[in-house]
Amino acid sequence: MTVTIFVPRDAASLALGAEKVAAAITSEIAARSIDARIVRNGSRGMFWLEPLVEVRTDHGRVAYGPVKASDIKDLFDAGFLSGKAHPLCLGLTKEIPFLRQQTRLTFSRCGVTDPLSLDDYRHYQGLKGLEQAIAMPRAEIVAQVTESGLRGRGGAGFPTGIKWKTVMEAVAPQKYIVCNADEGDSATFADRMIMEGDPFVLIEGMVIAGFATGATRGYIYTRSEYPHAIATMGQAIGIARAAGILGPSVLGSDHAFDIEIRAGAGAYVCGEETALLNSLEGKRGIVRAKPPLPALQGFLGRPTVVNNVISLASIPVIMHRDAAFYRDFGMGRSRGTIPIQIAGNVKYGGLFETAFGLSLGEIVDHIGGGTATGRPVKAVQVGGPLGAYFPRALFDTPFDYEAFAAKDGLIGHAGITVFDDTVDMLKQARFAMEFCAIESCGKCTPCRIGSTRGVETVDRIGRGIEPDKNKVLLADLCNTMKFGSLCALGGFIPYPVMSAMTHFPEDFSPVPLAEAAE
Amino acid sequence: MTMRNSAGEIAQRSRDIIRDRKHLEGPMLPILHALQAEFGYIPDIVKPVIADELNLSRAEVHGVVTFYPEFREHPGGRHVLKICRAEACQSVGCDNLADRVRQLLGIDFHQTTPDGAVMLEPVYCLGLCACGPAAMLDGEVYGRVDEHCLSEIVGRLGR
Repeated sequence: MTVTIFVPRDAASLALGAEKVAAAITSEIAARSIDARIVRNGSRGMFWLEPLVEVRTDHGRVAYGPVKASDIKDLFDAGFLSGKAHPLCLGLTKEIPFLRQQTRLTFSRCGVTDPLSLDDYRHYQGLKGLEQAIAMPRAEIVAQVTESGLRGRGGAGFPTGIKWKTVMEAVAPQKYIVCNADEGDSATFADRMIMEGDPFVLIEGMVIAGFATGATRGYIYTRSEYPHAIATMGQAIGIARAAGILGPSVLGSDHAFDIEIRAGAGAYVCGEETALLNSLEGKRGIVRAKPPLPALQGFLGRPTVVNNVISLASIPVIMHRDAAFYRDFGMGRSRGTIPIQIAGNVKYGGLFETAFGLSLGEIVDHIGGGTATGRPVKAVQVGGPLGAYFPRALFDTPFDYEAFAAKDGLIGHAGITVFDDTVDMLKQARFAMEFCAIESCGKCTPCRIGSTRGVETVDRIGRGIEPDKNKVLLADLCNTMKFGSLCALGGFIPYPVMSAMTHFPEDFSPVPLAEAAE
Repeated sequence: MTMRNSAGEIAQRSRDIIRDRKHLEGPMLPILHALQAEFGYIPDIVKPVIADELNLSRAEVHGVVTFYPEFREHPGGRHVLKICRAEACQSVGCDNLADRVRQLLGIDFHQTTPDGAVMLEPVYCLGLCACGPAAMLDGEVYGRVDEHCLSEIVGRLGR
């Protein structure tokens, strides 16, 4: 019987040497004349174990990692093709605690299947949601999504069902589904993992969104920094088209839907939905004032659903298992699951999908295992470059949209960056302002000018120039940016800046070196 | 990327690239990506061609080209080395790595080595945030980049 070996093709696995590992396995198979095949799966999301090689055995898939090309000969000698023991053996994949503790709904297939095999996709419940949706009236699909409690996973947390309803009710000759895959936040890689590890689920979600709203065209706007995701997604779209999942008659129905993938060009602000729409139209990625809402006047001025990858990729399971199933996970007004991305200086970094409600401390200390350097955790930034820095004192905050807002933070796209005690929080506050200055689209003054003045003000505090006065000034500037900016870039940059200053005051009162030396 | 000598050839090739894509909804970015793939940058002389084909002003085209960091207005190096400088990579020491790469190449970010071999660019996130510091060389990704790995990458650039 042919042995199946899994070597991930996820960009993170490739960055850690998966290609060499696959090549070494291929030549070892040939040299030993073994009947085996290699499947290039997505990643399971345990990056400290990548490249994670799996072998299918009678008892289930057995994992080995992190594997280097130089380990391959040894693994074959040890009998890893039948799941035998080896220092790199991690046992049954599904029993690895990091995976076992998760609730994988959106990521149920990621790392399990061959991302470009429709047979695999169908075998693991793929297309079930779409098949259900085809038979339903539009309003019923939208009602299911609303009832599921799904909120925009890109960061804003706006109820997806309400957005869809607005587009569904809009009358226009052409409507669009635009998938925001411009995942620019540091600490986030969930969108990338889906596009590389289970692209059909995103396609399925977009097709359902099209049915529900009457849109027949979809665009996936992603980043030029994601060449692997673009390639895999592009191939998947071609396969789906050939199989009749996309095209003039989706699965033989009278619905038409097709998708095109578009790459941005390095502008962070294009992750903001209105800047994204301008960019998609071929303009500068300048933020638009709202109203009009994109749901009514979006791409090319027509009704448009703009949803994040994870929001759309969660639709198939909601349609398949029903709204109540999904809604029963989570807490408060944060329903369902969230793929938490644990990143930075962390021992067990990766993607952890779970119901809302875990405390930040559980995520960082227990699941993440603390820092990779072994030093104490000083701060964690939650929600990317626009998210607040949390000190240990706030580690009891539950992972929930409202709970984070109550602590002057946000969960954003659910990325968490862990920092050890060597981090200088004044430097991080400065970086936030600098990043905003680099990435500002320039349309509104608080963001365009405020960010540069912010860098200067932080620098003055750092140099000990009238620190008290400048801290008041910085807080005032943050207030202006928060309430005066047109979008979340200028509007949320105050979160990292103010949280750094509030929770880590010691870093904002440095001894001025020049004066100390005199 | 192919080298073309005459302005006329560049303009003609550009027109072909544009005409292949002008039927798209919002064709500008796909056109610019294709032009950059062809010429290695967006030559000044193609801007009026784009403007003419898409019925835009030259100012509008110039505005779009200059808005996006990815589009270059001058020929870059034969290789592009991108070092992630965002928070997750900062937490694992990318600032030191950035200093080291500047030293190794003898240039700063946004510059090209005098022999035209490498262009050094900062990037704000490659989505490799749980295995940083991260770098990208001509579309190839690298994780957990340390000094040794960096020297190896730089050594392979054929300078």
